[in-house]
Amino acid sequence: MSAPSSVLVVGASAAGLATAEALRRKGYQGGLTVLGAEPHLPYDRPPLSKQVLSGAWDPERAQLRPQTALSSLDAEFVLADPAVGLDVAVRTVRTAAGRALRADAIVVATGLRARTLPGQADLTGVHVLRTLDDALALRADLLAASRLVVVGEGVLGAEIAATARGMGLEVTMAGPLTAPLAGQIGPSVAGLLAELHTERGVRLRLGAGVDRLTGQDGKVTGVRLATGDVLPADVVVVAIGSDPATGWLADSGLRVDNGLVCDSRCRAAEGVYAVGDVARWHHDRFGTLLRLENRTNATEQANTVAANILGDDQPYCPVPYFWTDQFDTKIQVHGVLPVDAEVTVVEGDRSARRFVALYRRDGRVTGVLGWNMPKQTRLRRQEVVDALADFASTH
Amino acid sequence: MKVRVDEDKCCGAGTCVMLAPEVFDQREEDGIVILLDAEPAEQLHTTVREAASMCPAAAIELSENA
Repeated sequence: MSAPSSVLVVGASAAGLATAEALRRKGYQGGLTVLGAEPHLPYDRPPLSKQVLSGAWDPERAQLRPQTALSSLDAEFVLADPAVGLDVAVRTVRTAAGRALRADAIVVATGLRARTLPGQADLTGVHVLRTLDDALALRADLLAASRLVVVGEGVLGAEIAATARGMGLEVTMAGPLTAPLAGQIGPSVAGLLAELHTERGVRLRLGAGVDRLTGQDGKVTGVRLATGDVLPADVVVVAIGSDPATGWLADSGLRVDNGLVCDSRCRAAEGVYAVGDVARWHHDRFGTLLRLENRTNATEQANTVAANILGDDQPYCPVPYFWTDQFDTKIQVHGVLPVDAEVTVVEGDRSARRFVALYRRDGRVTGVLGWNMPKQTRLRRQEVVDALADFASTH
Repeated sequence: MKVRVDEDKCCGAGTCVMLAPEVFDQREEDGIVILLDAEPAEQLHTTVREAASMCPAAAIELSENA
């Protein structure tokens, strides 16, 4: 495909902005529109559960770029107007406010929607954390509360628990797995994370599913576990994962299945691409469809999508990466960490709470995790890259 | 081009170091960015722009006409 003369990016968060920036950086000079559902200029989500929630940062500090940088991008930002439909044949996006935006290339970057529990909408004091407004609303409630229950033991739930504990709340974490992040970093290192949370005063009520929220007079009063126990709460955060925000694509004829399904070039149809959390594309080296909900994926995938829009033919084959900061601990993960992997500390020491661990399955390196050793962990990344190349050449 | 880094925003991913090791490094103790060259030579500008855009914590700021 020759270079388009207009590009519309649907979604004004990290992935959308990064796509716009990558297009300009690669020399694209045509029309560029960024459509956002929220009223805010592009902001960053990782600080929401940490610095913004704790109040260490003003919300403005989470903005991804200063105004001068956004101006020099020479893009039109259409904000506070969610996309409601896409006509692929004429490459036109319809919006809630009634706009019809046409472009030669359309980039879907609508991200995720947080999952909720049944009955959640009927109770005050129950929150999700996905947007800046979510974070500010949660913060306001936490400042007036003393007991928080976090439902969910994943990255977001664990970060919120740590931040709220730092704000002086009594915090209880509930979820079906036996340790925080057990699904992301495996049971062994997750056990160490459980120790950290317990030492810092977070009550862990893990290993039991959540039955339902309890409430009185329209206000949440607690969380009832499958065991029948009730965890009392003034405020509840529900962090049980997210779903790709693809509802607006239902009538588009595009294949939606746990994300907008794309080929290895991140293309869903001629002239339609997807980037970031919403994109489920074919990872040629893993040989499978993959969707990643992490921050670096947003910018790396944007880079590839921008190149392909401009006529390149690049497959997108990233080494997944995520980090999480909880209390004073920084965890970095390159690659993938299967729950049944063999875990070997290759640098530092678990007891010193400073180490790098390699994860192997069937003798093959799949990922590396660092605990308070970000640089040393990155220096091991190449071992993951090499193993991935090996894997690709033998499968 | 002038480069500024925000240590408080930096998350220690090391994306910038992988892209432009002439300009960025990380501290041994906590992985936070070290700016090696605040006014990189012109042939590095493209990769430095890429590093600024790709930084997962938006911790790198550029002034292009300085």
